[in-house]
Amino acid sequence: MEGEERMAHTEAHAAEAHAHDHAPTAFIWKYVFSKDHKVIGIQYYVTAMLMALIAGLLAMLIRVQLAWPEVNWGIIGKLLPMGFQGGDGQPYVMNPEFYAMLFTMHGTIMVFFVLSTAPVSGFGNLLIPLQVGARDMAFPFLNGLSFWTFFCGCVTILTSFFVGAGAAAGGWTSYPPLSALRGAVPGSQIGQTFWIIAMVFFIASFTMGGLNFVTTIINLRTKGLSLLRMPLTLWSMFLVAILGLLAFPALTGASLMLLLDRHFGTSFFLPTGLVLNNAPMVGANGQFVHQGGSPLLWQHLFWFLGHPEVYILMLPALGFTSDILTTFCRKALFGYKAMVGAMIAISGLSFIVWGHHMFVSGMNPHLAMAFAVGTILIAVPSAVKVFNWLATLWQSRIQYKTPMLWGMGVVSLFISGGLSGVWLGQSAPDIQLHDTFFVVAHFHLIMAGAALFGVFGATAMWFPKMFGRLMNDTLGKWHFWFTFVTYYGTFFPMHYIGLAGHMRRIYDPYQYEFLKNLAPLNHFITISALILGASQIIFFVNFFWSAFKGQKATENPWNANGLEWTTSSPPPHGNWPGAIPEVHRWPYEYSNPSAPKDFVMQHEPPLAVESGH
Amino acid sequence: MATEILDARAPGRIPVVERPDGPAGRGPIAHGDDGGGPSAAFDPAQFGLWAFLGTVTMLFIGFTSAYIVRRTGMDWRPLPLPRLLWWNTAALLLSSVALEVARRRRAALDLSGLRVWLGATALMAGLFVAGQFQAWRLLRALGFFLSSNPHSSFFYMLSGVHLFHLGGGLVWFALVLYRLRGARYAPAAGGRTLSLFATYWHFLGLLWVYVLFLIFVF
Amino acid sequence: MAKLQGLLFGLATLVLVVVATFYFTKTWLPPLKSDRIAIDHALAITLAVTGLVFIVTNLMLAWFGYAYQDGPGAKAAYWHDSPRLEMTWTLVTAGILAIFLFNALSLWAKVTAPPPADAVLIEVTGQQFAWNVRYPGKDGVLGKTDHLQASQDNPIGLVKDDPASKDDLLLLNQIYLPKDKPVRVQVRSMDVIHSFFLPNFRVKQDAMPGMTIDIWFTPTELGDFEIACAEHCGLGHYRMRGAVHVVPAADLEKTVAEAAQ
Repeated sequence: MEGEERMAHTEAHAAEAHAHDHAPTAFIWKYVFSKDHKVIGIQYYVTAMLMALIAGLLAMLIRVQLAWPEVNWGIIGKLLPMGFQGGDGQPYVMNPEFYAMLFTMHGTIMVFFVLSTAPVSGFGNLLIPLQVGARDMAFPFLNGLSFWTFFCGCVTILTSFFVGAGAAAGGWTSYPPLSALRGAVPGSQIGQTFWIIAMVFFIASFTMGGLNFVTTIINLRTKGLSLLRMPLTLWSMFLVAILGLLAFPALTGASLMLLLDRHFGTSFFLPTGLVLNNAPMVGANGQFVHQGGSPLLWQHLFWFLGHPEVYILMLPALGFTSDILTTFCRKALFGYKAMVGAMIAISGLSFIVWGHHMFVSGMNPHLAMAFAVGTILIAVPSAVKVFNWLATLWQSRIQYKTPMLWGMGVVSLFISGGLSGVWLGQSAPDIQLHDTFFVVAHFHLIMAGAALFGVFGATAMWFPKMFGRLMNDTLGKWHFWFTFVTYYGTFFPMHYIGLAGHMRRIYDPYQYEFLKNLAPLNHFITISALILGASQIIFFVNFFWSAFKGQKATENPWNANGLEWTTSSPPPHGNWPGAIPEVHRWPYEYSNPSAPKDFVMQHEPPLAVESGH
Repeated sequence: MATEILDARAPGRIPVVERPDGPAGRGPIAHGDDGGGPSAAFDPAQFGLWAFLGTVTMLFIGFTSAYIVRRTGMDWRPLPLPRLLWWNTAALLLSSVALEVARRRRAALDLSGLRVWLGATALMAGLFVAGQFQAWRLLRALGFFLSSNPHSSFFYMLSGVHLFHLGGGLVWFALVLYRLRGARYAPAAGGRTLSLFATYWHFLGLLWVYVLFLIFVF
Repeated sequence: MAKLQGLLFGLATLVLVVVATFYFTKTWLPPLKSDRIAIDHALAITLAVTGLVFIVTNLMLAWFGYAYQDGPGAKAAYWHDSPRLEMTWTLVTAGILAIFLFNALSLWAKVTAPPPADAVLIEVTGQQFAWNVRYPGKDGVLGKTDHLQASQDNPIGLVKDDPASKDDLLLLNQIYLPKDKPVRVQVRSMDVIHSFFLPNFRVKQDAMPGMTIDIWFTPTELGDFEIACAEHCGLGHYRMRGAVHVVPAADLEKTVAEAAQ
C-alpha cells in the first residue's frame, strides 16, 4: 500500500506541477479568478478595506446621532430616505429603526468582513507561503474559491440594506427572540435572513481559508524551518486558523437553528408564552406557535464562537507587532518561547471564557463564576506579551518609520484595552458596566484598535511585497498621529460615560435625566470620531498613489530577516525564481555582535556565535 | 550531505525526486522542500481533510450540546423511530465496506473488480439517500414535522445536515469516478483521490451512526 | 523630529488620559443608593491598580521610545531571554490577578445569594416598550399569570380568577421601594430580551422571556431615580424609561396602593 501511495503521491504532484508550470497570462485568470496567494491576499485586503469604508461611514452616522439627536440631517436625510423622516419644510430626523440597523451593520461588517478578513485572509494569504518558504498555499484552487465565497457574503450583507424592511437590526449579536420574530423589529423581517445567509458565506470562506492556513504551515515549511523558528506572524495565523476551524461551527449551527425558528416554526430559541404587541403568538389551535426554546442557548452558541472570534481579530496584530518592532528597533524579540506560549495560552483560554458576555443574562451564577476565573486568568499571558515587548524595546535602536509607529500603537492600545478587561471580567462590577459604553470602549481599544493598527502597520511594512513599491513615509506618519490621537479621543472617554451608566444601542440617550449631563462628552467623542474618519483619507490617498507611483522597493528595504525578504518586491510567480531558501535560524537575529551586519537573515549560513534558536 | 534541492512545483520542472535519506527518510518530497519535521512527508490533502473533519465534528458537538440541554425540558415528547432507519444505516455502512473492497481491488490493479465494487458503493449510497427521504415521508405521514416538537426538530435538522454533507460527498464521489476512468492515467492513478474520499465517506457513516444514537438511543 | 516622536508616544497617551480625567471626573459612577457598596469599592480598587499599571507601562513606553533611538554609533543590546524575568513578571501578575479574582468571586457569591426571608417581593415584567410592575398586595402572594390571556388591557396575562391575583397591585413604569429593607425583584419578559437596569442601585438583570429571574438588594436612601433598559429590544429601546421612588418602608403599602389607582 505504501509504494502505491508513494506513486500516487508522485503522480499527483506531476499533475499539479504541470498545471502550475504556466503562470496564467489572461487578465481574468491572473487577476480575477486567481489561484496565486499574493493576488488573493490583495483581493481580500482591498475588499475588506472597502467594507471598512462603508462600516466606518455607518459609525459616523451613529456618532452624530448620539451627540445631537435633535439635529437636522439636511442633505443626508434627503439622500437616504429609508433612514430619515422629514422634508417639506420639516427637519430631517433619523428613524430609530435606521439607528438600529446602523449599529447592527457597523458591528457585523467590521467584525467579520473587515477585521477577520484584512489581517487574516489578506495578510495571511500574502505572507504565509512567503514566510514558510513555499511556492503557494497548499490548496490554491480552494483559496481562490474562498475569496469569491467571501465576496458573495459581502454582496449579501450590503444588499440587505435594500431589501424588505431593511437590514438586520438586532445588534451584531442577533439575540433571539428579537432576531427571530419578524414582528419584533423591522430588520427582523427579510433583512435578518440576509444576515444569516451572509454569515454562512463568510463562515464557509473562513473555513476554507483556515484549512489552507493550517495545512500550509504544518506541511509546507521549508527545510530547517521548525515551528520554533517561525516568525510570530506565522504563529498567529496558525493559531487563528485553528480557532476558526473549531469555533465557527457553533455559529453555523446556531444560524441554522435561527433560520428554522424564523421560517419553519421550530422553537430552538423561542420559549413558550411569547406575546408581541399585547397579542399572544398563538396558532390556529389556540396554542403558542413556539414552545420550550431557550434564548440563552443562542447566547451560549454565539459566544462560544464570539469569544475566540475576538482573539481571531487580535492575534494577527500581535504577531505583526512582534515582527515590526524587532525589525525597526534592530533588537531580537525578547522571550520568543514565552511569546509563543502566551499566544497558545490565550488561544486555549479563549475557549472557556465566553460566559463573561452573559454575566447578567440569567445563567446559573455558579457557571458565571467559572467563566470569571478563565477571564481573569487570560490577562496573565496578555500581560506577559506586553512585558516582553517592553523588554524588546529596552536598549534597542528604534528607527521611526511608519510601521514602527503602528507597532508601538498596538502595544499602547493593548495595554489600555487589556486593563479595562480586568474591570469587566470581575462578574459583580460587570453588573454595573455590562451593556454600557464601558464595554464599547474596551473592545474598540483592544480588539478593533489593535487589529486596525496592526493592519495599518502590516500594510506599511509589507507593501513592497504587495506592489513592489514603498508607501510614502511622511504621509504614513501624518496618518498615524492623526489616527492615534483621535482614536484615543474617540474611545477613551467612553469609559467615563459607561461608568456614568450610558447604555449601548440607544437612539437618544437624553431621554434619561441621569444621562443628560453626558452630552458634552458625547460631543467630544463625536468630533474626535469625525476627525478620525476624515484622517483615513490620508491613508487611502497614500495607498492608491503609492501602489502606482510609489518609490520602487528593493528585495529587502527594511533589512529584515524573514524569508519573504529574500525574494524580489513583489515576488514572481512561484515566489522564488530558483530554489527555495533553507532556514538556519529564527527570524529575530538582530544586532548580534559577532555578525558582520546588524541583522542575519533566516537563510544565511550559520554563524560562529548564534542565539541558539 | 543534502543534494541540490529540487522543488516539486518549480516551473518547468518535472517533480519526483527520490530522497530516501531525507530528514524523514520516507520518500519523495512534498510540494516544497522538506519542512522542519516529519509531518512534511504527510500528504497535505490528507491533513487538510482531517482538519475539515475536525470542523464538521465541532458542528455536531454544537448540535449535541443544544440537544442535551433541550432534552431536559418538560415538554419533551419522544419521536418514534421508523424501522426503515435501521435499514438505511445498514446501507450506508455497507457502502463503506464496499468502498474499502474497491480500494483493495484498485491496489491489486483489478480494474473490473474495482468497477463492480464502486458500483456496489454507489448502489448502497443511493439506497441510503432514498431511504432517508422515505423515512422523512413516513414521519410526516405520522404527523411529525420539523416544527412538531423539539425531538422532531432535532431529528429533521441533524439528519438534514448530515444528508447535506453526504450530498457533498456524492459530488466528490462523482469526481472520483471521473478521475478513475481517465484513460490518460495509468491504472495506478487515482489512488490518492480514492483514499481521501474513502476517509470522508467512512466519517459520514460513523457520523450517521452517532446521530442515530443521539436522537433515539441516548 | 524623530526624537520627539519617541517621547510623544507614551506621553500622548498619558496626557490625553490625565487631562480628560481631570476635566471629566465628575462622571464617575451615578450616586449610590443601595447596599451594593462593595461593587463601588471593587471598581475603585480596580481603578487604582490598573491606573498604576497604565501609568507605569506608558511611562516605560515613552521613555524607551525616547531614549533608545537610532543614531550614529547607536547599538542595540544582544539580550533576548531571561527565564527569571519571565517567571517573575508572570507570577507577580498572576498573584495580583488572583487577589482580584478571589475578591470578585466572594462579591459575586454575596450578590447572587438567595434573598432574605423578609424581603419585599416585587415583580417586574418588561415588554416592548414598558415596565409592568406588580406587587403581591396584602396576601404577599403574586397571582398566577397565563400568557395566553395577555391582551391590551392585561399586558402581563394576569389570571383574574386566581384568588391571589385579586389584591395584586399593578403599576406601569413606576416602582416603589422601601428604604433600608431588602427588596426581591422577579424579573420577567413578555416578548424579547430586556434588561432591568437601576443605575443608582448597581442593579442590572436581563429580562429573559420564558424565565423568571430573582435578584435582591437594599435601597439605602430616599429619593426618585430612574429605570433604564439595558438590552436592545427594538425600536423603543431608547425610551423604555421608568421611575424609581424610594419611600420610608412603613409607607410603602399605602403609597403603592394609591399609585395603583
